[in-house]
Amino acid sequence: MSRRLELRQVSKRFGDIDVLAGITLHVEPGEFVSILGPSGAGKSTIFRLLTGGLEGHGGCVDFDGRPLADACRPFAFMPQHDALMPWRTVIENTALGLEVQGMSRKAARGKVAPLFGEFGLAGFEHKYPAQLSGGMRQRAALLRTVVQDRAMLLLDEPFGALDALTRTGMQRWLQMMWDRHRWTVLLITHDVREAVFLSDRIYVLSGRPARVLREIIIPLPRPRKDLASPEASAIEADILDTLLEPQPAQRT
Amino acid sequence: MSQPFSAAPRIAALFAKVGPALLSVGTLVLAWELYARISSISPTTLPAPSRVLAQAIQQRQALFDNTVPTISATLAGFACSLAVAFILSVLIDFFKPLRRALFPVFIISQTLPLVAIAPLVVLWFGFGLTPKIMLVALVTFFPMLVALVQGYDSTDRDISALLSSMGASRMRIFLLARLPSSLPYFFAGLRISITYAVVGAIFAEYAGAAKGLGIYMLNAKNNFRPDLVLAAVLISALLTLALFAATVLIQRAAMPWERLEAARKS
Ligand SMILES: Nc1ncnc2c1ncn2[C@@H]1O[C@H](COP(=O)(O)OP(=O)(O)OP(=O)(O)O)[C@@H](O)[C@H]1O
Ligand SMILES: [Mg+2]
Repeated sequence: MSRRLELRQVSKRFGDIDVLAGITLHVEPGEFVSILGPSGAGKSTIFRLLTGGLEGHGGCVDFDGRPLADACRPFAFMPQHDALMPWRTVIENTALGLEVQGMSRKAARGKVAPLFGEFGLAGFEHKYPAQLSGGMRQRAALLRTVVQDRAMLLLDEPFGALDALTRTGMQRWLQMMWDRHRWTVLLITHDVREAVFLSDRIYVLSGRPARVLREIIIPLPRPRKDLASPEASAIEADILDTLLEPQPAQRT
Repeated sequence: MSQPFSAAPRIAALFAKVGPALLSVGTLVLAWELYARISSISPTTLPAPSRVLAQAIQQRQALFDNTVPTISATLAGFACSLAVAFILSVLIDFFKPLRRALFPVFIISQTLPLVAIAPLVVLWFGFGLTPKIMLVALVTFFPMLVALVQGYDSTDRDISALLSSMGASRMRIFLLARLPSSLPYFFAGLRISITYAVVGAIFAEYAGAAKGLGIYMLNAKNNFRPDLVLAAVLISALLTLALFAATVLIQRAAMPWERLEAARKS
């Protein structure tokens, strides 16, 4: 079976600033992979390259074994800030992707409406985003993302703006949802615990210019319930060492 | 959010909002009235507010006949100006170089003194509705254009990026994101422009018209009737306030989410 997504030596500069210095990574079908890296490293830039918001400077990207350019919009993208439209009600926001795909308003709403319960949004269909809590906004943004039925989800720090308690709740919820649906996910985060808890594999990026410092496989059994098991804590400590210590040996 | 309020606290809240304004205007009018009475200044120089009001009521038919053309000139001119500003703003949003080509011309148009331009426009286009529409459009068009163009540019970049990741065309992004994002700017521009519009219409009439508040003021002044001039001024002020209030109401109806957003941010 070919890999779902494969990046080889992808680079990107802004003017004379190197942001991505040859990123190589891959995601298998049904796999949950995280990209972990310091703020400003260039994580969101990777997603902008994948979703067509930017042109890269070298390297290549394959999707299902063929160049990404040949694939037909394979990604459902959740931007770093929820990007809910304040002028659309929650159901209109979540149906946005389907409408853009050409589905009629009515059909699009008919498709998202049954999912509101599972996403903890029942009863809020006709509220505006301003009337939602932070956690609910993120769940609405996530619903808008998954309902598009794309081959792969790109989630950019979905819980970064939440308070610690809400974030933990959302991580458990996402873990439970992933166990049920087995989406192919590439998640950006700078929360080590979140990456360890949710992922099958983690790519640890250096600061700018970003390169892959390490690839870590998380062997913890699923479904995972405990965020702080001893095994998880050991992996966390290991990753933190990689992130916080300078890496002279790996810089060329 | 939509709890039923009983009437009393609502009226109290309304009064808390408009009370200070009523108080300051009331004080001013009262001081004026007292001065006009005590100083025994001639009413052909400075009539007391009570006299202005009495004359306004007496002359209500003439005032009404002259207000109607002013309202139609204001609304017709403003409607034309809005339509052209909207079309141009869309073109500018799609073809950015247009902005640099057109803005200098419009900025210069804003520096033209109305006193000098109004009689010329009347000279060219006669006493009918056309010169009034043109002058109202001249004063309101550029503020509306700037408001719209700025409004489009205020669109959240994440929302645009999201839409293009979904495969939305440029036109689709404009309709789904840029146009709704411009609404707050549009209404801010609307509130300012509508007050300019009334002034523009009166100026145009002052320069030459068969009927209208502008020409009424000019005639009253020439007949040494400052009380009637002020009565017409009162009407034009009330007209402006009414139009302003209408834009506020339209904004509330058009953007029900706006107050929720404001409440969340505060
Ligand atoms: N359009 C651009 N022009 C110039 N520089 C840019 C542009 N976009 C991003 N950058 C720079 O690229 C770097 C990486 O940005 P990016 O948003 O990818 O970081 P990030 O890893 O997602 O950070 P964070 O965790 O804070 O979201 C930053 O230093 C940023 O200033
Ligand atoms: Mg980012």
